[in-house]
Amino acid sequence: MSRRRRDGGVPAPLLVPALLAVAFLVLPLAGLVVRAPWSQIGPQLASPGVGQALRLSLVSATLATAVSLLLGVPLAWVLARSTLRGRSVLRALVTVPLVLPPVVGGVALFLVLGRQGIVGRWLYEATGFSLPFTTAAVVVAETFVAMPFLVISVEGALRAADARFEDAAATLGADRWTTFRRVTLPLVAPGIAAGAVLCWARALGEFGATITFAGNFPGTTQTMPLAVYLALQRDPEAAIVLSLVLLAVSLATLLLLRGRWLGRTVSA
Amino acid sequence: MSLEAHVVVWRGALEVDVELSVADGEVLAVLGPNGAGKSTVLRVLAGLLPPDGGRVVVDGDQVWNDADVALPPHRRAIGMVFQDHLLFPHLSVTENVAFGPRSRGVSRAAARAAATAWLDRVGLAGLGDRRPGQLSGGQAQRAALARALVGEPRVLLLDEPLSALDARTRLSVRAELHRHLTDYAGSAVLVTHDPVDAMALATRVVVVEDGRVVQAGTPAEVARRPRTDYVARLVGLVLLAGTGAGTTVALDGGGAVAVADEARGPVFVAVRPESVSLYLSRPDGSPRNVWPLRLVTATPHGSVVRCDLAGEVALTADVTATSFAELGLAPGAAVWASVKASEVAVYPR
Repeated sequence: MSRRRRDGGVPAPLLVPALLAVAFLVLPLAGLVVRAPWSQIGPQLASPGVGQALRLSLVSATLATAVSLLLGVPLAWVLARSTLRGRSVLRALVTVPLVLPPVVGGVALFLVLGRQGIVGRWLYEATGFSLPFTTAAVVVAETFVAMPFLVISVEGALRAADARFEDAAATLGADRWTTFRRVTLPLVAPGIAAGAVLCWARALGEFGATITFAGNFPGTTQTMPLAVYLALQRDPEAAIVLSLVLLAVSLATLLLLRGRWLGRTVSA
Repeated sequence: MSLEAHVVVWRGALEVDVELSVADGEVLAVLGPNGAGKSTVLRVLAGLLPPDGGRVVVDGDQVWNDADVALPPHRRAIGMVFQDHLLFPHLSVTENVAFGPRSRGVSRAAARAAATAWLDRVGLAGLGDRRPGQLSGGQAQRAALARALVGEPRVLLLDEPLSALDARTRLSVRAELHRHLTDYAGSAVLVTHDPVDAMALATRVVVVEDGRVVQAGTPAEVARRPRTDYVARLVGLVLLAGTGAGTTVALDGGGAVAVADEARGPVFVAVRPESVSLYLSRPDGSPRNVWPLRLVTATPHGSVVRCDLAGEVALTADVTATSFAELGLAPGAAVWASVKASEVAVYPR
């Protein structure tokens, strides 16, 4: 018993690799904090380029999350509840962007929505509007990469929710839309919130698809990750400061999720 | 004015094929073991499960048939009570009860007023602002009953409404349910595996086994004259099949039983376990039903010991714990069993 307590019940062949893994994951972030030029953080953040990139990042990630919610929640419902044939194929297709290198996603978006693209050409001829290299393109790229995170987590929440509540609602005269609005949605709201946070965090960090499809124009398409990459080449200290900001945002996101999980265990 | 249904559903290897008819004001209990298809029938009546054939007719209106009518559940005038209440956890109790009227287009104020009135009727006045999670099991099931009845449905469906409750709560909720079912003007169908629920609440009982109706009648008839082993066990009788020849019935499994009433042709013989007496030696006075048997198992059952016996006639005897101790019986022991002919019920098969 006492021996068990001392080593936490973890056998050495598992303990050593586990500690290595922790070191590997935590040390780079600690290094970032250690190397940070704390005295320069104020002036760096105040510089116009940083504020611009940060604002653009927050706005585009939020818009991408909004679009993902609008389209992704209904898609998750279809995957979890409908009896359509070929749902498993649909699910596989929808989750491709999860494993696809974002750069490839950017290229694909460009080929379809670019001025010479299948849809983009038609759009350009009809309206004179070309999507690539605009802020809208940033939102599109981020949505493409981040929406599957939302869909998967909302679908999981829907599957975990007791579908018999929906039966009960039907016997009470609620059609499927009313049932969705008044029963299903509130029941899976925590799952949707968690999915939205994940989706937002993923959109905020998006790099590959954004730079490929939207380019790197300060003020219109240069988001924080792009600014970090660029700064590293000419002004490493600025890159560290920008990275710290993103780290802070990520930690805040994690705390938000943790808070939800903790809140749940307390109330349950 | 009534509910009439013929439900045919394939559930894996089991074909459920059940016909029901329930008049207004009548409570029909569908009694049967788990997996017999009772809840399947109820889900078909509610519209939650499309059947493979048959028809559902409410007050003369086709609700489902295998030709062209398939009314979805939300357009049927039904109320349903589920085993584990299924109150919406994110709504208050009042909002739960008001949910039906709101869905059917009643104004918010009117729906709330109706909900409050119904909560009052089921004894939950003042608890309307609570969440379902803050109610006891009995209170939640009462709220679920109010939610099902508030829309004045033409058909009330109850799916094992008492089986999730503990014994004491079950008594009080059963009494409450009985009161509301007596007042209820529409047709009610109660699915249960508990014969006490069926006897206490229903005006008529159908027994479903393996997807078929094996017996139908009033609760008293079913309790007095069971037609299958399952029903007999439920109502605490031993059922023996045989052929009557005057006051003797030759049992299909061998042996014979003397009965007081004349019986001819294929009959059932029902014996109450408490009317069976056990002796270590052949009893004096030569009663007509005496068999040398063997004790298979003995299990305490309240104040009595239930003895399953094998031999010429498979019987069950309930003896008091005292006499069981005096007999000093162990499983496998030889014992004499006797039953008075006047204690044996006999009725045609």
